[in-house]
Order: sequence, then structure tokens, then C-alpha cells
Amino acid sequence: MTNWTRACACDDIETEDHIRYDNSDRTFAIYRSPEDEFYCTDGLCTHEEVHLEDGLVIDHLIECPMHNGQFDYRTGEAKRSPVCVNLKTYPVKVEGGDVFIDIG
Amino acid sequence: MTKDNTPPWRDYSLTGRDSGPSFAPKQWYSTPVPRKRMKELMKRRDVPALIDYGIWLGLVLATGALVVLTWGTWWAVPSIILYGVFYGSCADSRWHECCHGTVFKTPWLNTAAYQLASFMSLKNPYLWRWSHTRHHTDTVIVGKDPEIAFPRPPYPLNILWNMLHLQSGWNELKKMFWLAAGRLTKDQKTFLIEADRSKAFWASRVHLAILAMTFVLAMVLQSWLPIVLIGGPTFYGSWLHHLLASLQHAGLAEDVPDHRLNSRTVYMNRFFRFVYSNMNYHVEHHMYPMVPFYNLPALHEEIKGDCPPAYPGTLAAFREMLPAILIQRRDPFYFVDRKPLLPEAANPSPEYTRPTAIAAE
Repeated sequence: MTNWTRACACDDIETEDHIRYDNSDRTFAIYRSPEDEFYCTDGLCTHEEVHLEDGLVIDHLIECPMHNGQFDYRTGEAKRSPVCVNLKTYPVKVEGGDVFIDIG
Repeated sequence: MTKDNTPPWRDYSLTGRDSGPSFAPKQWYSTPVPRKRMKELMKRRDVPALIDYGIWLGLVLATGALVVLTWGTWWAVPSIILYGVFYGSCADSRWHECCHGTVFKTPWLNTAAYQLASFMSLKNPYLWRWSHTRHHTDTVIVGKDPEIAFPRPPYPLNILWNMLHLQSGWNELKKMFWLAAGRLTKDQKTFLIEADRSKAFWASRVHLAILAMTFVLAMVLQSWLPIVLIGGPTFYGSWLHHLLASLQHAGLAEDVPDHRLNSRTVYMNRFFRFVYSNMNYHVEHHMYPMVPFYNLPALHEEIKGDCPPAYPGTLAAFREMLPAILIQRRDPFYFVDRKPLLPEAANPSPEYTRPTAIAAE
């Protein structure tokens, strides 16, 4: 079952960057890639549950601010230790200059 | 001794009496820095990294060539001293930087430099990556941090032994043999994940094979030269790194979720900063480990108003640290409290009392 929720405006996120989005008791990270495409993952690193909001987006990678583990935010794949468990990703669509995520 | 025969000090092992819960990483204090500025500071660049690593490897090769050319003369002595520092001390700090993966923008350069520096400092690249990860999760948290260099009561003579890497080097060699044999200690099992264990074993076997070949070559040539050039410098040359790194946390508070109180930032001269890869900015490094070493001075400028004053020089830092660890020999509860030195405008340090005497998990 889809549950599209408006998360932010496209302009809220700089190119090659990300922001935090909280929805009730859940927290997400929404990314804008160098190609101006939008992606969404869980907000907490799978290693020690540090929020990724203070991390660094490098091309298509998000680096955790605590231990420098990296994920590919397009697929959620864990790319560099100490992260070993993939991040959950969520479908994203852009409509009327706003970013919507399907949080199920 | 107390009545129940428990030593009055802490158990620093990772599976012992004090190995209780860690601080959740989000509990650590960090000085607010605007996001835009942090993004600039976190940015990795190949050019400054290549210049630093190029100069370093150039110096290793040049002084190594000097050692070969002057071998058998008294001129070999200063050559060996210089070669030892560039090999043993510089490799240790570069191992650390590459462990964080923040040095180069190009990932394979970081991996290659990490593997090389790991061998040169005789550190297992996988075991140490995970050990260091834990060090950043639980910096100077007793029973959780595997890298507390001066557990209380400290042994000041360890500083002297480590001038020749005798204590830590011997430990690394022991680890290398055990890992090559596929064995892990109880403590190592608490932080080295299953998926990396076999990689750790093979890395130690490769390191051991290179050292064995060096030893065989020395026997065949009937000369110490191969050992002086490979493996040996980790022992006779890492003294400067040990000296500088001893200032990182020794004598300061334990079990506080605030790097301003358990780490030192020390102003050092350019040569020390080159050898040490700017790790004299140690509060900054722990607070924001994503910032590459070449941006740490700039990060220091951003946050210094929220931190106790940096030590004005290496000697000043030793003048505080050495008496502190001597006092801790008699009184393991003594520490240098940096909290009163926080500037008036600084954010207060978070209050936290760690539960005591928690049984091993």
C-alpha cells in the first residue's frame, strides 16, 4: 500500500546534499544527487544509529558522521566499513516542486 | 585494596567488571558549526593529500637511500635516525588518517595508503579499523575503549619503553602471530566483526611473510641493513609519534561524553604537525572525525571559542600531562579537570554519571 507523504520542497535541498525529515516517530534522510535526482533512506546509520543528517554526501554516497561508514543512498547498499547492514530505501517522486516519499 | 579484594581502580579490559553500557554516540557533545561551513570543512581533496603523502614517501625513499649509501660509516647514524622518523612515526599517523577514510577524494588512493601505512606501523588493518571505530564510539570510556594508552594507575615508564616501541610494538608482534594463526582474544572478539576476521588473519600472514623474507635476506647477506630498512624502523623510529600521541588523552577525565574534557589540542611546530598529520588538533578530530587532517586548523578556528584554551606548545602540554600521570600512580582517581577552563560563552558540558560496577555482558 502506498502512502505518499510530502517531505519538503525541492529547493530545500542543495545539489549533492541531504536533509533530515521526521514523520511521527520515524526519521528519514532525503538526498539530492549531483544529477538533481531525489532519493530517500532511513535516517539512522545501521551501525550505531547515529543520524545521517550531519554526514557528508559525496556523489552517490552518504558518509556517516560518527565512524565514516558509507552507503550508496540510491540503493541503500553498505559500501565501506564499519557499516555492514544496508540502509532501507523508500520510493520518491517529485510533483509541483515538492518531494514526496512513500513511507508505506 | 578494598574489603572485597577488589582493586580500588577500574577494570580496563573490554569484558571485565567495568565493561558496562557505552555512551550512545548521540550523547557526545559537539560544538555547533553551520552546515554550510561543515560541508566545506569535510570536503576531501586529492591535491593536498597527494602533496603530503608525496613528500612523506619521497622523504622515506630519500633517507632510505642515504642509509644504504652511508651504511658502514658514522654518517649512517643520522641517516637511520631520519629514516626511522619518516618511516616509523609518519606511518603511524598516516595509518590513522587513512583508517578514517578522509584523506583522499579518490577511494583507492586511501585504501592503498592505508594498507601501506598499516604494514609500516605493523598494525593489522582490519583489527585496528574496528578497534579505532570503538575508540571513537567510546573515547576514554573505561571498559569500552580498547585504545586507552594510560589506564590508571598509569605506568610512566611505558612512555620510555615506547620510545623504542617496545611495549606497543611487542604487543603488535604478538597480535600478528596470533592473528596469523587464526586466533582472537576475548577482547578482540568484542569489536572485530565476523565478516572481517578472515581478512584480518590474512593481512597478518602477509605482514609476517614480508618480515620473514626481510629476516632471511639479512641472514643471507649477513647484514642488518634489510632489517634496518624494513620492519626495524617501526621500533627505532616511532618514538616521535609515541611522544606526541601520548598527549592525546593522558591525565584527563575518563567517562565523560565531551571531547573538550578528555582530549588535548596542542599548538605544535610545522615539523611535528607534518609527522603527526595535524593530530595535535585532537579535540577537533574527535568531535568531527569526518574532517580531513588538512582542514583541522580551520575547524579549530571555528570551534575554539567553545573549547578550553589550546595548549600553547608541546612542552606546555607535557608540563601538565607528566605530573598528572605521576600523581595518578598514587591516586588513580586524580585527573586534570578541563571543565573550569571552558570559556564563559561556551556551551556547558553535558552532565552524565556512568553506572558503576556493571557486570560483563
